[in-house]
Amino acid sequence: MDNITQKLMQKSESTKKDSLGRAVSLAALSLIVIVVVSIFAFVMSRGLSTFFHDGVHVKDFLFGSTWNPSVVNPQTKQPYIGALPMILGSFLVTFLAAIVATPFAIGTSLFMTEIAQKRGTKIMQPVIELLVGIPSVVYGFIGLTVVVPFIRSVFGGSGFGILSGTIVLFVMVLPTITSMTVDTLKSVPRHYRESALAIGATRWQMIYKVVLRAATPGILTAIVFGMARAFGEALAVQMVIGNAALMPHNLTSPASTLTSILTMGIGNTVMGSLQNDVLWTLAMILLVMSLVFNLVVRAIGRRGEMK
Amino acid sequence: MNAKSADKIATVVIYMISGIVALILIAMLAFILIRGVPNLSWHFLTSPARAFEAGGGIGIQLFNSFYLLILAMLISFPIALGAAIYLNEYSKKGRFTTIVRTAIEILSSLPSVVVGLFGFLIFVVQFHFGFSILSGAIALTFFNLPLLTRSIETSLAQIPNLQREAGSALGLSRWETVIHIILPAAVPSIVTGVVLSAGRVFGEAAALIYTAGQSAPALNFTDWNPFNISSPLNPMRPAETLAVHIWKINSEGIMPDANAVSAGASAVLIIVVLLFNLSARKIGAQLYKKLTSA
Repeated sequence: MDNITQKLMQKSESTKKDSLGRAVSLAALSLIVIVVVSIFAFVMSRGLSTFFHDGVHVKDFLFGSTWNPSVVNPQTKQPYIGALPMILGSFLVTFLAAIVATPFAIGTSLFMTEIAQKRGTKIMQPVIELLVGIPSVVYGFIGLTVVVPFIRSVFGGSGFGILSGTIVLFVMVLPTITSMTVDTLKSVPRHYRESALAIGATRWQMIYKVVLRAATPGILTAIVFGMARAFGEALAVQMVIGNAALMPHNLTSPASTLTSILTMGIGNTVMGSLQNDVLWTLAMILLVMSLVFNLVVRAIGRRGEMK
Repeated sequence: MNAKSADKIATVVIYMISGIVALILIAMLAFILIRGVPNLSWHFLTSPARAFEAGGGIGIQLFNSFYLLILAMLISFPIALGAAIYLNEYSKKGRFTTIVRTAIEILSSLPSVVVGLFGFLIFVVQFHFGFSILSGAIALTFFNLPLLTRSIETSLAQIPNLQREAGSALGLSRWETVIHIILPAAVPSIVTGVVLSAGRVFGEAAALIYTAGQSAPALNFTDWNPFNISSPLNPMRPAETLAVHIWKINSEGIMPDANAVSAGASAVLIIVVLLFNLSARKIGAQLYKKLTSA
């Protein structure tokens, strides 16, 4: 009798295993959260030490237009740490690439979902999926051997610059934006299209007035995702933009982005020095921007939920 | 302009746009393959790189890429699996779950340079791992975790709830249901997800230049003791991967045949990614057939 009571009162073997399994999987999940938190904590603490430890003014950093951290400005006794050229470069290539890529992405996805579903899914879908997976250095290499010489022969100069960066990023984000737009267009209910056609709309009227309107939040999300990818892309851009930390005064002069200066510089500076700290501040800007892109996606999603 | 001609014009424009896009994409693939494949030879794929003269290969880089990929997968798969099981099978809706999902989403959208720099700061500098395969593998793990977790979670979510109810009805605990019923049923799509993410990890470079390093010391391929410095298996040696190699020879420009080498290496990268993509679906489908007797 006692034996049975004991058995009933105790946790069974499988309950114990269940709690163990639950604990282990929870630990794995927590590990991911810890990684995210510590990435932010460490990069932020290094990035902010430019302002707190080295006493640089935020304004000088964000709006100064001369970048040469190893040289001290004789007037202000501060090194030249104006990050505006890189910030401007990053935003320019990102927005230009998104502006160029969006019509192409929307056109292609309309082709794949509304006009030629069969050919679209058979030929375009696999090609686009493959292109999403192509490593960014390959894009950079193509940019270096095709785009840069082309720009050089057409516009003169070195060929390196914002324009080359934009073209490379355009090709890089095109598959990303397209495949996400295709998914949104596919999720527009079929009866929307049927209703539009039934009241006598042409195919274009149906696409323009119904399908695209219904899919707008999804398309915006796709574009923001593409922009986030372009903003954080490092090596492909670094290979074609010229890496001169100068204010970009035209599209074909050598320029730089946050990521390109970061990848070039971090190995050549000493940990803890001002020259190193300002690079971490650039990394912090990248981090904050990717957070901003995330928030934008969320805001779009919340406002655009289909009722 | 009446509606009908607008419709016609729009159709023509859409055809043109998608034609241009298809042309760009196909031209790109063709460019890499046509430029790269003639450079491929057994010698190119197996011999070590040369810095100042022509005729070097990519043997060590190719080995490093695969070794790093395997290590990164070995570290990230169990973590991602555990996280996905908790998210899909145990977690209830609430603040904790929302925070976790947000964290995963943020991690997946972080620029890979930043992930690499974090790895550099923590593992290379603080923990004194130096530029090493281990640091690289951990950085790749951070980069890979969110995507892998999400893809495994989707695979688990696709298993109908009927299966879970059946498990409970048989008196199995939740964990037993997951291990004996849900996971086997989800294996095919989990494998597809793992292979697809492997393709992404294989081509990653930005997270590696400051963690696994940019040098490829000579290896002794007869020495398989992981504690020897020249052994290919030693996880503490610096290891330049194929993708990093392409970036480095192009930005340094001291190798006389850098163009040919990077064309060849790019072709190898694309072919490997292509193989991963194709095999992902094939292996998944075959496993499904085998495991479900369907």
